[in-house]
Amino acid sequence: MNRPIRVLIAKPGLDGHDRGAKLIARSLRDAGMEVIYTGLRQTPEQIVAAAIQEDVDVVGMSILSGAHNHLLPKVVDLLKAQGADDVLIIGGGVIPDDDIPALKSAGVDEVFTPGTATTTTIDYINTHIKRK
Amino acid sequence: MMELTELIEKMVTGDKRSCARLITMVENDEEDAKNIIKAIHSRTGHAHVIGITGPPGAGKSTLTDKLVKQLIKDGKKVGIVAIDPTSPYSGGSILGDRIRMQDLALEKNVFIRSLGTRGYLGGLSRSTKDVVKVLDAYGADYIFIETVGVGQSEVDIIKTADSIVMVMVPGLGDDIQSIKAGIMEIGDIFVVNKSDLFGASRTATEINMMLDLNQNMDRRPPVVMVTANKNEGINELVEEIKKHTEYLIETGKLRERKHHNAKIEVVEMIETELRKIVIKHADSENKLDQKVDEILEKKKDVYEVRDEFLSVLNK
Repeated sequence: MNRPIRVLIAKPGLDGHDRGAKLIARSLRDAGMEVIYTGLRQTPEQIVAAAIQEDVDVVGMSILSGAHNHLLPKVVDLLKAQGADDVLIIGGGVIPDDDIPALKSAGVDEVFTPGTATTTTIDYINTHIKRK
Repeated sequence: MMELTELIEKMVTGDKRSCARLITMVENDEEDAKNIIKAIHSRTGHAHVIGITGPPGAGKSTLTDKLVKQLIKDGKKVGIVAIDPTSPYSGGSILGDRIRMQDLALEKNVFIRSLGTRGYLGGLSRSTKDVVKVLDAYGADYIFIETVGVGQSEVDIIKTADSIVMVMVPGLGDDIQSIKAGIMEIGDIFVVNKSDLFGASRTATEINMMLDLNQNMDRRPPVVMVTANKNEGINELVEEIKKHTEYLIETGKLRERKHHNAKIEVVEMIETELRKIVIKHADSENKLDQKVDEILEKKKDVYEVRDEFLSVLNK
């Protein structure tokens, strides 16, 4: 089916810095994706509600506050509880390398840390999208 | 096909995920769209459709957020379709209207969906009408369509909405703007948003003067002063929307509008199909490019080429 990939970009938790989130949103837009940007300070519940209503293929979360170990798995669980386990989930932001394996085993598909080229993220989404 | 029936059954009981999936299908796939619309057709026609339109930055999303909060207090179920532009280069888009409606995401009786225009120029997306039908069948009492920030001529909302709320703000131009043809003509209710800003009363006066010039109206649209981010004037606006709805029903104009809009919809669908037939023919074996070259080489003119391609319809 020839349709644009839909991506939700969210900022979970309590940090107020969204330059990285906006940069990635813009890069995905330029790669032909439809990006739903939900803005700052989102709870996992709000993110999942938006992801369900917008029927996105990908949920991308940018997080700098250090609360990633709590917030990202919470979003994974809430999505699963809604039966939306065909959504690709990616994290980005200031996330220590040591935390990444645990996040992945909790169901986060990939984590991109600062310095990742936007093309890397775009390629990853294009090749790993779960829904046909 | 079974899957579709199941999705529709779940949607009409209020399942948001099924509703979302059906919207995706009508937005993307024509064959599915046809079957879905056919299956839900008898369930549509209940919702009152409100178009929220006006220039970029007028505060349409914030206004919609406040209006919807007021309506759900009364126990109403609301659908919101928020449209943002698609890039003409990449085909991608950033749909950012949800930012101003964050608290509504978790409301049980609210469903918000963002759409990219995907190349359609009238302020809506091509599939907006079908998305509205799905939300109608989902059980929404009110459906808000927030257009892309429109300029002077993106008036397609009149083909889809029952009531059109035209949102203006102070300081957008001199009073000649208000007497031009285009968006200023189509409002059923005018809102001066950000009415705490300098120049708001002058903007209201200009709109009022424009409205008073039109002697042929059997209903004179009201002008409501609103400051949406402070929640001021929202009650008055909800009242005006209700009054307009009653007016439409009592005068038979609702039926008239719906007839007119359905007629336009059918004609536009015929145009789309005809266009596909002709373009498919024209595009085969690069005929279109060849003929265009012949135009540039002055061997043929555009009318000749048009008629050659249209002749496929006579077969």
